[in-house]
Formats: sequence, C-alpha cells, structure tokens
Amino acid sequence: MKRLITLAALAITFGCGSAQAQYTDGAIKIGVMNDMSGTYSDLSGQGSVIAARMAVEDFGAAAKGMKVEILGADHQNKPDVGSNVVRTWIDVDKVDVIVDVPTSSVALAVNEIVRDKNKVFLVSGAAASDLTGPKCTPNTIHWTYDTWALANGTGKAIVKTGGDTWFFLTADYAFGHALEHDTAAVVEKNGGKVLGKVRHPFPGTDFSSFLLQAQASKAKIIGLANAGADTINSIKQASEFGITQSGQNLAALLAFITDVHALGLQTAQGLIMTEAWYWDLNDANREFAKKFAPQDKGVHPTMVHAGVYSAVTHYLKAVEALKSDADGKAVVAKMKEMPTDDKLFGTGVVRADGRKIHPMYLFEVKKPAESKAPWDYYKLRATIPADEAFRPLAEGGCPLVKS
Amino acid sequence: MFELLGISSQALFGQLLIGLINGSFYALLSLGLAVIFGMLNIINFTHGAQYMLGAFTAYFLLQYAGLAYWWAIVLAPFVVGLSGIIVERLFLQWLYKLDHLYGLLLTFGLALIFEGTFRNFFGSSGLPYSVPPALQGGQNLGFMFLPNYRAWVVVFSLAVCLTTWFVVERTKLGSYLRAATENPTLMRAFGINVPRMITLTYGFGVALAALAGVMAAPVYNVSPQMGANLIIVVFAVVVIGGMGSIMGAILTGFGLGVIEGLTKVFFPEASNTVIFIIMAIVLLIRPAGLFGRGA
Repeated sequence: MKRLITLAALAITFGCGSAQAQYTDGAIKIGVMNDMSGTYSDLSGQGSVIAARMAVEDFGAAAKGMKVEILGADHQNKPDVGSNVVRTWIDVDKVDVIVDVPTSSVALAVNEIVRDKNKVFLVSGAAASDLTGPKCTPNTIHWTYDTWALANGTGKAIVKTGGDTWFFLTADYAFGHALEHDTAAVVEKNGGKVLGKVRHPFPGTDFSSFLLQAQASKAKIIGLANAGADTINSIKQASEFGITQSGQNLAALLAFITDVHALGLQTAQGLIMTEAWYWDLNDANREFAKKFAPQDKGVHPTMVHAGVYSAVTHYLKAVEALKSDADGKAVVAKMKEMPTDDKLFGTGVVRADGRKIHPMYLFEVKKPAESKAPWDYYKLRATIPADEAFRPLAEGGCPLVKS
Repeated sequence: MFELLGISSQALFGQLLIGLINGSFYALLSLGLAVIFGMLNIINFTHGAQYMLGAFTAYFLLQYAGLAYWWAIVLAPFVVGLSGIIVERLFLQWLYKLDHLYGLLLTFGLALIFEGTFRNFFGSSGLPYSVPPALQGGQNLGFMFLPNYRAWVVVFSLAVCLTTWFVVERTKLGSYLRAATENPTLMRAFGINVPRMITLTYGFGVALAALAGVMAAPVYNVSPQMGANLIIVVFAVVVIGGMGSIMGAILTGFGLGVIEGLTKVFFPEASNTVIFIIMAIVLLIRPAGLFGRGA
C-alpha cells in the first residue's frame, strides 16, 4: 500500500511577472517532505508546509517576480518511500529543493540522492549529527538542531547538576543510535558514567519492560533517546511504574512542544529539554505563532516548523542573489557565504560543513499552576550561546572541511 | 535468588508479569476478532480503529460530559458497539455470501477512514487521559513495582475473556450462536431470528474492542494510530491461536504477551518480530493454528 499524498492543492503559484532570472522549469519548486500521518506528523507534517508557505509570502516572492511552488508529501518514516518521492520530485516534477525530512534514516537516504542530482537539501526535522559529519555533502544544510546539540545541552546540564550515572532507552534506528552515541560522549566527558542501554523497536507502544530494565540498572538518569509518541509513552509509563517517584529521573533528550501538549503538564512538569526555538520567547515568535496556529488546527509551531520557515527564507535570498536555482551546489555555496537573518532565528551563519549556527535554549516544563494560557509550557533555564551550541567544526569528520 | 543467562530472577518475574499485562490487551482484542470471525466469517480489519474509537469515546466522555473512567468502561463499549451494529446493517450484511476478501477490503477501508478522520481533527501526538483516582499508585511486590491499574487490567480482562468463552461455549445462547453459524437455514426454521443474532454478535465483538480501548487509554496514548500499531500483532495472535477459536484466542493472547515480554529482555531488537516468527512456524506445522478445528 503506497500512499503518496502529493498535496497538489497546496501548490501555490505566486504571480507571473516578467522574471529576468532563469529558474529551471520557470519556477522555484520547494518540496516539503515529512511524516504527514504518523508519530511525527504534529511536530512536522502539514505544519511544515504552512511554515514554508508563510516564508514565501513574507519574502514577497510574488512582488519580486519569483514564481514559487510548494509541494508536500508523506514519507511514512520509511527510507524507501522517501527515496521514491524525492526521485520522482526531482526527475519528473523538477523540484529544486527538498525541505524538512524528519526521521534520520529517511534524511540520510535523501541526503545521497540530492547530492547525486545536484539539488538542495535543507534539513529541519531530522536530528542525526552525521548529516554534517562523515555524511556531509556540498548540497545539504542542517538547519534547526542535531543530536550533538541536544546531547550537549541537556546531557551537560544534567550531569552538572548531579545526574552522573545514565541508562539509555534508545529507538532502534539511525536517529536513536546517534542521539545515544552523542549523549554518552557528553556524559563521559563531563565525568559521568553510562551503566547500560536497551534498544526498543521503532515505533513502540509498551515501554514498561524496557523501563524495568532501566530501573534495575540503578542509574540516576534514564536517558530517552527516542522521539514523538515513543517519548510520550515512555514518560507516561515511567510515572505509572513509579520510576520517577522512586528517585530516578528521566531525561527527554529530544522532546517537542507538541509532545508536552500531548502529555499534559501534570505528567510533563519538570522535564528539562533542549530546543532551538520556542514560540513564547519574544514578540516576533509570538506573532508568528499567532498567524501559524489557526492554520494548523491550533497546534503552536515547533522548532521544526520555525526551522523550515528560516531555511526557506535564506534559500530564497540566495536564489535571488544568484538569479538561478539550477546548480544546487552553487546555491548552497551562496547560502554559506551570506550571513543568515530572519525574524525567527535572528542572525547566524551556515558553516562549511553545512551546519547552521544559532543559539540553543535549555527549557524546563512549567508546573500546571505556572502555566497561564494554552501552550504556555516552558520556562527558560539557560541560553547556550551559538559558538558553544554545536559540535566544533574540526570534530565532525566532514570531508568538506579542510584541516 | 537465581540467575538465568545473566538476568536475575527478580527482573525475570517482573518481565513475566509485564508480558501478562500486555497479553491481556492482545487477548481482549483477539477475542473480539475470533468471535466475529467465528460467527460472521468476516475478517474485521476495522478492529484496531474500533479499539481507538473506544479510547477516544472515553476521552470525550471525560472532556465534554464530565463522566469519568467508570462510566466510560460501561458507556464507551455500548456506544462503539452501536456504531458497529450500524456498520453491519449498512455494509457487512451484504458480504456474508461473498469471498472473505471483500469483507477484508471493506473493513480495512473503514479503518483507514476512521483513523484519517481522527488524525485530521486531533493530530497524531495524542491526548492525555489519566488513571482513575481509585486505581492510582501501586504495590511493591518485592521483585517489581506493580501499578494498581495494570493489575486491574489483567484481572478485568481475564474475567471478560472467560465470561465470553463461557457464554459462547457453555450456554444455550451460545449454542444458538454456534448452530446459526453451522446451519443458518435450519435455525431459521426453528424460529430463531438469525440475522439479528449475527448483527448483535458483531456489535458485541466491536464492544470488546472498544472496551480494550478504554482500558488502554490511561496507559498508552489516546491517539488515532494506537489501533493501527496493535492490530497487526493481534491478527498474528488470532492466526496462531486458530481462526475462530475462542479459547485459542485467549490463551495465545496471554501466552504471546509473555513470550514478547521475555524477548524484550533477551533480545530487545527482535521484540517486534518475534510474534511473526512464531506465526510462520505455527503455520508451517499446524496450518489451522494451535487451537483451530481442522484446516
């Protein structure tokens, strides 16, 4: 059963003024691919298509005579489905840039195809830090966050406050392995110890068995190297089995505001997590959320949605400057050359290895009494400055970086 | 305390118990499937969606009517069962004389429609539903902490399963049901309203799915995909037990829950596949399933 939902209805055309620039096929085509029906569809899904559309509108593409089309598709978290969509998009539909792509196993597959076809790949949803490490390409930019940044933010903060023995509950695929690997490195570097790990199938439903194993390890911290519904269920069941009450703490290494929403503050309170963006952080973000939420069933934008907005904005700037979208490598080179500047992420840069650099934030989930409005969930614990938030350029092992 | 392959007996008992808890969901769901298949000869692929509907109904009752868990456990199966009866009257009743494939396609399509509709309105992350106050907390059994709610799940589902088995296999009503499946024409000659009986049976099977959904709401996430993830496993359970065998569905439900639980300790990576491996082996040796009545 192959459900490729090409949301042709969402393909919008902006103006048709006399364009002097040469765009392949007469238009810039943006393909937003992610999980539109499964566990990651709230944190990316339709919302990423909306974010891309808002970026195109705010950029004023129509007024500038740029014709931009947006396509959306569901990869069902399967690398084979995702690869097929991307090949069809590039070969048949002449798509110029692939955006979002959560689920690292899919993103890593797309990464290779986009390089071979010399298009552009802007990653917002996927987390594996290999995308700017050994697997980096001149066609890919990793925008919003990665496993190293999460590990560095949450892992370090927890070890520093006494959580020095860890047990990992890991989703058994590329992303989980990367997150576990990066976090274990941070824990050990800061003087902590990893006592064990268990890898659960993705997606899972019942985590009680794995949680008991974590409990038996007597580790102070149970690191959840999973995401979406898996994280939600792990946290819910950990509280049910009295694991948190008996003194062990959970570290949700990757959690999104949509997960907190699903858990409810009663269960989620006190969780510490690292994110690149939060809607209630400043006026510009709040304004964006106010425009975004009504279009996405009231869901407030996640950092993945904001990352899509920011990445598409910067892409359009680079294409405008080059007056061409034909050569993916050239566009990415231009994006690396120009400093980034948009209303959601402020100013930043794209590094030689394709890593977009900006500050990261360490948040704590509010208690029910502290939350004044729906989606008012986080308080800021610390800001991790841009130069410390991501893996140092030299340590990634990216072949594009000349030592 | 003894050790087995590096796992302490404490951990082992804990995992056995957890396997039993998960097994009770498998048993409840596969029981409903077995009842429906046994009586209607329909492979009810909507079962997972109906389980999801049960959980969502519980959520709605709490959210919009202020009716807590204990109401939900009575009302949700009733409401969802009623929706099942409507489905049977509208669609399924025309399919009994056709190939199994038609029923399978129809129910599969319905499942996709239900799940898609709920995803459209409620997203995929799911909704919170808490454990009823009377069942919060848990007991320390020495080898593990057993949440009261999970204990309730095992006891209650075991009771429901055994009652169903008793009604179908040991009472007069059950003998009518079984006779109606064997020879509907003769039963009608005796003045039994067979079509109505079949409609009610489908409603009952669906109500069992909804009941499992209500019981799952506090432990798993109430989300549109919650049934889709489970239904494939449950089908494997029914196939292993023998299509249509009530006791087979119950025993294999609990048994496979335990086997899956043990796999999670010894080789966690395979815990999603172990049931299908067993299914393949069983089908090779006993094509009618472990408790099937002939091929």
